[in-house]
Amino acid sequence: MSWWQRLFRRKTMEERLEKELRYHLERHEAELIERGVDPGEAKRQARLAIGGLEQVKEKCRDARGTLWVEDLAQDVRYALRVLRKNPGFTTVALVTIAAGIGATTVMFMLVNGVLLKPLPYAQPDTLVRLEEKTDWSNQYGNLWAFSYSNYLDCKHESRTLDLAAWRYSGGTVTLDGGAEYVDGFEISSDLFSVLGVPIFRGRTFLPEEDRLGAMPVAIISYGLWQRRFTGSTAALGRPLRLDGKSYTIVGITNPGFRLNQDEGDVFTVLGQDASPSMRMRDRHPGIQVVARLRPGATLTNAQAELGMVARHLAAEYPQSNKGRNFPAAPLRPDVGEARATLWLLFGAVSLVLLIACANVASLLLARAVSREREVAMRAALGASRGRLVRQWLTESAVLGVAGGTLGTLCAIVGVHPFIAMWPGNLPRADEVRLDWRVLTFAIAVSLFTGILFGLAPGMRAPARELDQMLREGGRAVTGRSRVQSTFVVSEISIAVVLLVAAGMLGRTVLWLSSLDPGVRTENLLVTRMALSPGVVTDPPKTRMAWREVLDSARSVPGVESVALVDTVPMREGNNQVGYWSNPALPPASEMPLALATSVTPDYLKVMGIPLLKGRFFNDSDRLGTEPVLVIDEVLAQRTFGAEDPVGKHLWLAGNSSPFSSGSDVADVAQIIGVVGHVRYWGLARDDQAQVRAEFYYPFAQVADPLLRRWSELMSMAVRTSVAPLSVVQSLQYGVRGATADQVLYEVRTMDQLASESVAQQRFLLLLFGIFAGLALLLACVGIYGVLAYLMGQRVPEIGVRMALGATPASIHRMVLRQSLGMVFAGVGVGLLLAFVSARVLVDSVNGMRPLDSLTLAMVTMLLSAAALAASFVPARRASRVDPMTALRRE
Amino acid sequence: MSEKSDLPQGTLDLLILKTVALGPVHGYAIAQRLQQVSCDVLQVPQGSLYPALHRLENRGFLAADWQESETGREAKFYRLTKKGRAQLETEAASWERLAQAVGLILRMSEGE
Repeated sequence: MSWWQRLFRRKTMEERLEKELRYHLERHEAELIERGVDPGEAKRQARLAIGGLEQVKEKCRDARGTLWVEDLAQDVRYALRVLRKNPGFTTVALVTIAAGIGATTVMFMLVNGVLLKPLPYAQPDTLVRLEEKTDWSNQYGNLWAFSYSNYLDCKHESRTLDLAAWRYSGGTVTLDGGAEYVDGFEISSDLFSVLGVPIFRGRTFLPEEDRLGAMPVAIISYGLWQRRFTGSTAALGRPLRLDGKSYTIVGITNPGFRLNQDEGDVFTVLGQDASPSMRMRDRHPGIQVVARLRPGATLTNAQAELGMVARHLAAEYPQSNKGRNFPAAPLRPDVGEARATLWLLFGAVSLVLLIACANVASLLLARAVSREREVAMRAALGASRGRLVRQWLTESAVLGVAGGTLGTLCAIVGVHPFIAMWPGNLPRADEVRLDWRVLTFAIAVSLFTGILFGLAPGMRAPARELDQMLREGGRAVTGRSRVQSTFVVSEISIAVVLLVAAGMLGRTVLWLSSLDPGVRTENLLVTRMALSPGVVTDPPKTRMAWREVLDSARSVPGVESVALVDTVPMREGNNQVGYWSNPALPPASEMPLALATSVTPDYLKVMGIPLLKGRFFNDSDRLGTEPVLVIDEVLAQRTFGAEDPVGKHLWLAGNSSPFSSGSDVADVAQIIGVVGHVRYWGLARDDQAQVRAEFYYPFAQVADPLLRRWSELMSMAVRTSVAPLSVVQSLQYGVRGATADQVLYEVRTMDQLASESVAQQRFLLLLFGIFAGLALLLACVGIYGVLAYLMGQRVPEIGVRMALGATPASIHRMVLRQSLGMVFAGVGVGLLLAFVSARVLVDSVNGMRPLDSLTLAMVTMLLSAAALAASFVPARRASRVDPMTALRRE
Repeated sequence: MSEKSDLPQGTLDLLILKTVALGPVHGYAIAQRLQQVSCDVLQVPQGSLYPALHRLENRGFLAADWQESETGREAKFYRLTKKGRAQLETEAASWERLAQAVGLILRMSEGE
């Protein structure tokens, strides 16, 4: 009979087995009666001769070969019945598991989507990224953006790689519907084919278009196409005005196409970029280089080959390329701070899940003990030990799978609201979705947790002798309390770890928000601004245009004062310039760096930065007068110590000075004032930042050749008397210019920027707070459950004690002592673990305060108090045991 | 009551195969016959008899069908399969060898 026949003819099989054995018994009985045995006695003897009928049956079933499907189905049915019979226990266990697995699955979905998934390009494992690396390093390090010329040489020489390049760009798009600033990319013609990404409509760039003077063509994003062309294919072939220049639209990208996690709306051809610096091997704007390994080539081949090309170029262009190599590394998504945050949160939820498991395990264990009679009964009815263990495991696996399913469903629903909560933009958020990895993870975790918390009771179920169990009537013997205490101790120690982490984060956030950012953040609007493409080519016109912008912005109702600034504190982007305090300059690589900010005279007033000494800029500091600087207190302290810096001079490294016109000679500028330090890097990061010194220089003194670049970067800072965002519309209208093509973009308030600079810490605090609270709650439930159970078991013992003269108070103390023992053990282990986790936290979160004794003391106190509160009810109950009742239970 | 088998490990299977080899027979008859033939020397553990029968059936050494028994009731009759006969021969042979060897050792005179 094949196994499926057996599976479906189970009933017949059972009937036949029954019939066969009954036949035996009846024959034996008949024979005994024939020999003159009394019929009743004959029946008894026949049964005794065969042994336990049910046991024989079970052995016969086993002998036929265990049918795991059959057993499993039976076990599952039985488990479901048991669980249904205990709705209270089942609900608590299910909710605990579902919460644990749900939270873990949400975090895993994020980790999977953001960190683990390969980039959404074809065969991402053969894509590499190239960098320039020098065998020397200066204050900026030794890694450099690629120069376009080096890229062209590598591309030409390489036999192992297909290279492509891109760089960030952007500009003002003018279409019928008005002007709009868009982000964009300049890309090499083969970028799409190297990445293996198809284009949505139209075509990609042609190799012959990838050179100077070729016909200007552009590819636009799916988003821009929908927004400005309502998705009409007529867009192909239409002209697109970008920064005043006309391009023909030849293609539309797939929706969601990203380079380095960033979306762009307009793609132009890199080879058509006419700026002279583009072709230089040093002081170039820099490009990103990606490459695809050709079939058969390995990364090692490619690196060796690039090394050869580099030596070649070093010999040919020693000035720029000496000691310069082009290392290649696999192309991986760069997600910045999100990596640390995600792993931290994933670690934290895993701890919560462990606590949840321990809790359910101790619940199950308690139940296992109270179900000993049932187990004994089943053993008596012929269940083997293996079968009983299997039954326990099935029961907990059913719980695990049910809880896991529930949790996974919650995770699928909850992950998107959770992403919306993420501070700022979670990189690669659109990659976060349910896939086979997430499913595998959820199933594995459900089964693993099920088995984890089923193992403890399962292991001990058959450990005791059957007859002893039956005789005892399921009363306690010592030994199991140790297992239960272990659960409680581990729950408490994990709770300590999470509480300490939450405490540290809380102190950090408190400390960060007590810091002075150095500017008055309220009622302050900062926005980037693009001048009319028509004026930026001509320096005098540019200066004039900026003056007009300032004037018209000032007249907008609600605006108090306005200034221009190139790099805004706490926003992305900065300009680092080397400086020295006397003319005997060291080599450029040894000069200290300062954050240089180009501003107009009202900047101090707009930002609310205090003037400490001297004066700030005014309208007489302009091109042609002596270059002037205002330094912050950090630079003053570092360079001049106690001396008064006003009137002294600073020498600025020629290659980065805003006053120079491109020569390598250092520029000298006079210090005319000292102002307060601004936390440029944000509240959390400024203290540890490498470059903290700051100086300001007048935008009016920026050299003509640099003016266009500076103008492209300029932002406006606006101090308002009303809510800052309420003036945006009238401000935009006011500064639109004569040709109505000047636009504001990246409009933010300073309050937003300041709070974003500590958003990661706040977010972590919020979640760790929730996790720690959950952990504390679960640990307390665990303590309560275990104590209540242990006390229940010890009622007879307590009865004896009280009969022998113990007072309720002493019983009370005894119980609390037991609980305190577990609490102290848990806190002790937890504190050790907390030291380790504190290290991890300090290393991975900016501005993190170190572990302090106050946090430790508070956590210890909180936990002990909560634990004692949880043990109070069982203790009280124990102290009220009536000795007579207790003893009668014996 | 002592149900412990005095049969050496694995002997029960051999005895069952041999008994069944004589012709189709049901479980109770096997138990009876074993006891009678061995002149009540062997205590056949009835509790182990049926699991052994089912095991042998499962391994294909025995086949079974339901027939009318001598009392007129339907009973499960076992018979030896081809595979079972081969198994019986090998097991019987190995038992002979074992018995001979044990006998030789027991017959050793103590002086040697």
